[in-house]
Amino acid sequence: MTFRPGPPPPAPPTKGDAAAAAPLTDGEWHRLHPLTPLLKGGIVLIVVLGYVLNNLRDQLVEFFIPGTGPQDSGDPVRYVWEHGVVGWVVLGVVVLLVVLTGLFWLSWRMHEFRVTGEIVEVRSGVLFRTNRRARLDRIQGINISRPLVARVLGTAKLEIAQAGNDANVQLAYLGARAADDLRQRILVLASGAKDDDPRAVRRSDGVLQDRVDELFSPELDPAAVHATRIVKVHPGRLIASMLLSGTTVFILLAIAAMVVSVALTGESGILFGLFPAVIGAGGYYVRKFSRSLQYTIADTRDGIRIGFGLVSTSNETLPPGRIHAVSVAQPLLWRPFGWWDVRINRATNAGNGASSNQQVSSIVLPVGRAADVREVLDIILPGLVGSAVAGPDASREELREGSSEAVDVVDDSLTTTGDRGGFVHSPGRGAWLRPLSFRRNGYRFVQGAVLLRLGAVWRSLVIVPLPRVQSVRVEQGPVERWLRVASVHVHTVSGPVSARIGALDAQDAQRLWSGTARRAVEAAAADTSHRWREREARDAAATQAAVPQPVGSTAPWAPAGPLGDGTGGPAQAGPSGDATGRPTQADPLGDATRGPAQADAGTRAAPPGRWPDVPPTAPWSDVPPPGAAR
Amino acid sequence: MPLERLDEPGLGLTGTTWTRVSPKLVWTELVTTVVVGLVITAGCVLFAVLNDGTGSTAGLVWVLVSVVVAVSAIVTAVLTPRRVRAIGYALRDDDLVLRRGLMWQRFTAVPYGRMQLVDVNRGPLDRVLGLSELKFVTAAASTNVRIPGIVAADADVLRDRLVELAESRRAGL
Repeated sequence: MTFRPGPPPPAPPTKGDAAAAAPLTDGEWHRLHPLTPLLKGGIVLIVVLGYVLNNLRDQLVEFFIPGTGPQDSGDPVRYVWEHGVVGWVVLGVVVLLVVLTGLFWLSWRMHEFRVTGEIVEVRSGVLFRTNRRARLDRIQGINISRPLVARVLGTAKLEIAQAGNDANVQLAYLGARAADDLRQRILVLASGAKDDDPRAVRRSDGVLQDRVDELFSPELDPAAVHATRIVKVHPGRLIASMLLSGTTVFILLAIAAMVVSVALTGESGILFGLFPAVIGAGGYYVRKFSRSLQYTIADTRDGIRIGFGLVSTSNETLPPGRIHAVSVAQPLLWRPFGWWDVRINRATNAGNGASSNQQVSSIVLPVGRAADVREVLDIILPGLVGSAVAGPDASREELREGSSEAVDVVDDSLTTTGDRGGFVHSPGRGAWLRPLSFRRNGYRFVQGAVLLRLGAVWRSLVIVPLPRVQSVRVEQGPVERWLRVASVHVHTVSGPVSARIGALDAQDAQRLWSGTARRAVEAAAADTSHRWREREARDAAATQAAVPQPVGSTAPWAPAGPLGDGTGGPAQAGPSGDATGRPTQADPLGDATRGPAQADAGTRAAPPGRWPDVPPTAPWSDVPPPGAAR
Repeated sequence: MPLERLDEPGLGLTGTTWTRVSPKLVWTELVTTVVVGLVITAGCVLFAVLNDGTGSTAGLVWVLVSVVVAVSAIVTAVLTPRRVRAIGYALRDDDLVLRRGLMWQRFTAVPYGRMQLVDVNRGPLDRVLGLSELKFVTAAASTNVRIPGIVAADADVLRDRLVELAESRRAGL
């Protein structure tokens, strides 16, 4: 398989499509915000300016107050001044600035992106060209971050997370409003929906007033995101929760050790060596805290929106079905206050300096009471568990209903032990391996998910949505065999949540294994969350008796899509074909062959009946069972 | 206390026909075990000699360590044929089930639709014996499903078949 450069296929006509009205998603190439070079080169500029000013300081002081400055001759500015070559230096600086500006301008000019019904594509670079295409139905989340400087200038950075390592598509920088709008449009296109509700256009009160308004507006504008439920994290609780973390305990222990050692040896010199560590720890807390201020979790139509930040803000939208595991956990120190946190596993692993951001984005709720946990689960589970239960054509209410069992069980079981909540827990002999938690350590199936209840000291509950299970393993070592217990590991994509349970009765463990394996296959077959609103759109089209509009309006050239080998046989275009991974194409887990099938499903008239008629992903009944073929 | 193993009825695998790996895999495993065991034992013995053999405490510890290493290597080597016989895989309707291990028994089920790619690896010993190792990768790093000791021609056929199955059952991530 070779990369075929060739001319890009002509942008498809998008008449009648919602995208046609959108300025940035019309399939044409667009450039980034004109201030991008300034924002990207801004740091360098500030450093240079700082250096020059630092050198000029003495000069300026002497200029205004003659005879006071130090007369050292090593100063380059002084050297220039005294040798009368100011003109040359200024000329050089101007030329350098012009060249740099020209280079930045060129780089900005060569940096373009486009969004069609199927893909988002970015090409950049002057000498070394890069071209990256990402499929919209593989989007794992869209993040908009606004560092302080960018925020003042009314710009924002948009990052489209894709599954895989360093597979993100970054658009830095866009206009603040354009970024919001673009995210909305991309999500609409990715969801498979064809209609977009007309959004209220915010009126402008002049450029300056707009900037000021935006700078002082809260991070989350409820009117702008159409959120139906919002959970806010109380800042006081956030501070307290951070002070009660394991890091604090470690720091306190370190301080105690220091005090003891100083008291014993009488040498206080060691304290000076500690100074950088103190600064580091303080910075850690301040950073962590300022990032978590104004933390909100909101339920929008296109998934969960997690936003935070006071000065530099950041918010991410996770479409439904992009969360692979959820844990609700309680560190020991939080126990007296009844606080919990909620963490998730995601398929994306952002590189390019966003590693700290990645850590934050795997936390959904940094701290909250049981009621907050329930609210958050109500927000995130319908798209995960509910869609596996109620089928892909379910309405929001049905999704919520489908996930209500999971939410109820988790809510009831946060602190329970024994058989309560219908959990199958470890037998008494499991106490050899789980001396404190054997009565709590258990599992339970609910509709659409498997729940693990773990830990008596560090309590946690793990929820793995069945459509996201990658594989499942049961194992038994010699000690476990002697105790007639076994452990089960439900594999999900890597992240802070590990769905592993040990010390279960061997029979129970085997039932858990076989049950998970069977249900995971069934759930994955019915799952359509990669195009989460397609069915909704098709139903709407059917009821209006309108001519169905292809969802992927790029269908004619979709086979030549991201990998350019979509028309190949299954063996070549299959998973092993994808393994070669080209760095410039952000489709590491891609399945180009699904492109045509997808578009095909979209062009068919939607039957008003039940959903399994044209399942877009898994034509279960069409393929012969493998057993028969063998 | 009766020793209960993970069994097929308990796992709902009754009637599953397991495909066993080639018996020739025993040689690969044996050679690996013996070589690794010998190297580590030799290292420990060297340390023991450098520490005056049984003369000093440190030397005595090293002697004991080398004895333990040697014994465990021998036990592993002796059990190799049984361990190889315990490796088996089955292609069920919707997933692949792999079983491995005697002492540490484990069963892994991977739905076909979850396979992202299939690797075929052949080490030098495998090549001499005409064997291949199949490795399956899913989006979860911990899945780590490897079937060693498949006759090379069969491995290619099996890979193509699995890729085909994965393609027909492809769902989202």
